[in-house]
Amino acid sequence: MAGAPLLSLRGLTRRFGGLTAVDGIDLDLGQGELVSIIGPNGAGKTTLFNLVTGLDRPDEGEVRLDGKDITGLAPEKLAGIGIARTFQLGRVFGNLSVMDNVLIGAHARLRAVKPAVPLIGPLLELGLALLRPSSVKAEEEGLREEVRRILARFGERLLPRIDQPAYSLSYANRRRVEIARALALKPRLLLLDEPTAGMNPTETAEMQALIAELKAAGLTILLIEHKLDMVMRLSDRVMVMDEGKKIAEGAGEEVRRDPNVIEAYLGHGLSQAAHDEPEEVA
Amino acid sequence: MSSWLDYTINGLIVGNVYALVAVGLALIFGVSRLINFAQGSIYLVGAYIGWVAVVQLQTPLLVTIVLVATAAAVVGLIIERFGLRPLQNSVRIAPLLATIGISFVLDQLVMLTFSPNPRALPSQLPDIRFQVGQGTIGPLDILIAAVGTGSALLLFVFLRYTKLGWAVRATAQDRDAAMQMGVDVNRVNQAVFGIAAALGGVSGMLVGMYYNQIDTAMSLQATLKGVVAEVVGGAGNVPGAVVGSMLLGLVESYGVAVFGTSYRNLFAFLLLILVLVLRPNGLFASARQAPPEPLTGTFIAPSRPVRIPPWALVITAGLFALLPLFPVSDYLLQTLINAWLLGMLALSLTLVAGTVGQVSLGHAALLAIGAYTSALLSLNFSLPVGLAIICGGLMTAALGTLLISPSFRLRGHYVSIATLAIGEIVSLVILNWESVTHGPIGVSGIPPLSLFGYELVSAASVYWFSFAVMVLLALLQVRLLTSHLGRSFRAIRDDDVAARAYGLSLNRYKSLAFIFGGFAAGVSGGIAAHLYSYINHETFNTQQSILALTIVILGGLGNVAGAIVGAVALVGLPEAFRIAAEYRILIYGIVLLLLVRFRPQGLLGTI
Amino acid sequence: MNGSVASTEPILRLSNVNTFYGQAQAHFDLSIDVPRGHIVCLLGGNASGKSTTMKIILGLVRPRSGEVIFDGASTLGLSTPQIVRRGIASVPEARRLFAEMSVRENILMGAFVRNDSAEIARDLERVLGLFPKLGQRLSQRAGLLSGGEQQMVAMARALMSRPRMIVMDEPTMGLSPLYVDRVLELIRTINREGVSIFMVEQNASLALEIAHEAYVLQTGRIVLSGPARELKDDPRVRDAYLGGADAA
Repeated sequence: MAGAPLLSLRGLTRRFGGLTAVDGIDLDLGQGELVSIIGPNGAGKTTLFNLVTGLDRPDEGEVRLDGKDITGLAPEKLAGIGIARTFQLGRVFGNLSVMDNVLIGAHARLRAVKPAVPLIGPLLELGLALLRPSSVKAEEEGLREEVRRILARFGERLLPRIDQPAYSLSYANRRRVEIARALALKPRLLLLDEPTAGMNPTETAEMQALIAELKAAGLTILLIEHKLDMVMRLSDRVMVMDEGKKIAEGAGEEVRRDPNVIEAYLGHGLSQAAHDEPEEVA
Repeated sequence: MSSWLDYTINGLIVGNVYALVAVGLALIFGVSRLINFAQGSIYLVGAYIGWVAVVQLQTPLLVTIVLVATAAAVVGLIIERFGLRPLQNSVRIAPLLATIGISFVLDQLVMLTFSPNPRALPSQLPDIRFQVGQGTIGPLDILIAAVGTGSALLLFVFLRYTKLGWAVRATAQDRDAAMQMGVDVNRVNQAVFGIAAALGGVSGMLVGMYYNQIDTAMSLQATLKGVVAEVVGGAGNVPGAVVGSMLLGLVESYGVAVFGTSYRNLFAFLLLILVLVLRPNGLFASARQAPPEPLTGTFIAPSRPVRIPPWALVITAGLFALLPLFPVSDYLLQTLINAWLLGMLALSLTLVAGTVGQVSLGHAALLAIGAYTSALLSLNFSLPVGLAIICGGLMTAALGTLLISPSFRLRGHYVSIATLAIGEIVSLVILNWESVTHGPIGVSGIPPLSLFGYELVSAASVYWFSFAVMVLLALLQVRLLTSHLGRSFRAIRDDDVAARAYGLSLNRYKSLAFIFGGFAAGVSGGIAAHLYSYINHETFNTQQSILALTIVILGGLGNVAGAIVGAVALVGLPEAFRIAAEYRILIYGIVLLLLVRFRPQGLLGTI
Repeated sequence: MNGSVASTEPILRLSNVNTFYGQAQAHFDLSIDVPRGHIVCLLGGNASGKSTTMKIILGLVRPRSGEVIFDGASTLGLSTPQIVRRGIASVPEARRLFAEMSVRENILMGAFVRNDSAEIARDLERVLGLFPKLGQRLSQRAGLLSGGEQQMVAMARALMSRPRMIVMDEPTMGLSPLYVDRVLELIRTINREGVSIFMVEQNASLALEIAHEAYVLQTGRIVLSGPARELKDDPRVRDAYLGGADAA
């Protein structure tokens, strides 16, 4: 990895009562890399995402973006510095049109209508929204053009439906809208949480191709996925989590053959269980 | 002169009463995650059935209690079966609105049957007092304590030792697992509603006896007090509700001792806001729990709004504008003036509740702030009326938003509870801040409407003025909704987790919505003040808040044209059919219930 | 116990089940048989559709097409409590005990569908005989027990309804090796008494040690099935989890 990492996680830990959901995770993500996080159910992957994207605060450890400490910053702030994420099973704004959904993605980039002035900023925003001077209109038009360009990446899937409410779209299209929305943020770092969950093989292949395109365009991506073939094809590196800890990291093929990983997925055999330390039983 | 022991006893006795209401609320919330706004209405029903039993049937005390408990339980069962069970798979806002509608209907039915005048409810107990240390207690205190402890014991036995009781506990702790054990969740809901209703009804009767007075205003107070106690103890936590109730009773009692009786309710509501802001999980919950799983599913009913072509809108507006030029009665004009004023309030509420998803139940408070500001500015500072009204709007925007801001961090039902309490607080402050608001005397002699020095005397001129203001506000709101703010507001409503992830600060945009909505409501209140020439703390009450909500649901949440259509319909139609005033509110409640059940997206669709 | 149909019929049959969440398809023509008195396990990785299978059997989710037949009668359209009353008991994923209720109350909740209190009391004694450690914890709040102890309680609870079939969702997840041993031993013991068992498991090695038959699920489709002892050494099982040949 050339140069300093874009994203750096050190000792990230999160406990819920007696359960340690994320246990001392270290990870570096270089500019332009695609790293996948895999692991069995309950391994802590989505919790880790939540810690990085500000939806939850870690109990210990830190998150750095380009060297700057961003640990515990609110999600709104992180959107402003270029971190975009998608959600497991997708979270689009059901009653908003496709266009509006993706426009929201660009919200953090609004400058003309949302001057960064303290205290009276919100009132200025209200006034500018009502008055709509030419700078504001131009910005809005410019963003709409951008949205059409982003939607064009998805062929004929989304553009013909640009004014339809998101709740009327198919599941796969809703997930595509989510990605489009993330792209509208012009992210430096993109976090994708199971982008192909529930998709059939054709849809999965399309999504895989899209993610490969984004990577080729230079985007830095952190991916949670269960379809291990896809993970192998896309990733520069793979990190495996089990019960909150990192149990392996490296190139896809290495990780797949790692006995610890195989065991984590397929489980200890009975004979092995007998060799482990007996736990204290009350 | 009462001693501190007297105040303590009083606090504990009142706490007992609150406990009966709060425990019912806790049981219902535990099992169905629903805040039953109709609880106070059942309390009211209990009080009046008690009156019938004591005064008309003259039944002995024990029989009265059993009668009240049974009758109230039956009401509770009916509410669950026909009011709420059909909504099981509906959108999240539906049960909330349903219990509000039910409470409206019940209150009105009681009022229509018995008249709104307060009446006495004697306790049939001897009027003696026993000395206890520095204080005294009477037989009624003992009765209340006995009923309170007795009910607690019965409930304990029920939950601990009966099969249905176990089913209730299991369902509250893990509904899916309970179903997998074979528990019929519908039966559990029925049982819980029945018990909660019985407790609430008996509580109403006891309070009536305690103060030897019952009247229909009891209902809302009871709901709010019960909710305060329940929230303090931790939502769904039955023992917590008991502790919360005792705490509330004592806080109120000592507060009254120090500050006087008119501050009684203020303490309750302040306590509620404090708890909601600092410890929304109640006093007994642990601090850093796992972050709650954000609610999935839609909040409002998704729908394709009815698209009215612009030419139709222009023609309709034109017709209404030209109306005074035709030979129409002043009565018709005045009715429509009311519709325009209410329409402004509805515009405000449809923005806040519909577009942003903050279902505010205390919106009439914004009218009050606007009205008082405008009235006092024009009276005390001789400000021209037009300017005073605008200042009223601005003050409401600022103060209203500030007051509502504690509710920004809340979700779903809790927003409604908080706004209801805030509305009541505003009303109480107006009542008590006599130096500014003249307290219960009210503000009279408010200068009539005038524009640039010309007084608006005729009904036609007032009509044109208010119509113009409403249309202007509506156009501004449409402009707002078509800007980036419109989609920002709706994004927050649809999914605030995703909204935050894309840079939308919830506080900022909720504030903006209330600023704009507050202005509209404040202007409406200001105009009303100069129109009525006299206002007091009761002029803008909860009934108007609920009426505004019904208008907004009828028109379609978030739909600007819908708000105006709804206002005209709900104000105009009852006049057209000459429906007597007493029946109107009942009809509004029924309309709300029907809408929620059969057409939650309203006439023109949600946006 | 009523023997309704000939004992060669499977006690549970899923036949060409297609399940959808909105428009996302979770099952594609799923067909599974659980022969009477057998232990059948359903294996698969995350997002394979295993948990959804449990929900179909218990009536928590309705399939869009296909049949679910328990003991000769279809269960489609029945509510969960109705299905449970037909003779299926459930050990849910992550136990799902009633955390604020005592261990004793939890176990007795398992017998909720029954009314014969004398027999229930006798069964409680018998079940505690199978789970001796629980005898000391009867009055403790269930939420305070360790994961392994909770699993014991969940299984004891399932036995109390005298079910003909028990469905278990990931019974060994999150347990220490010692408790894993215990759980598997208990499953064998229960099965020997004639109770059929349908088990969803992520831990393939363990499941294959005790099951009679196994099915492997991958993104909603059965990709392998057969007698467990044959699948135990089959490298295709590993591939189905970790992807080897072109899987998806």
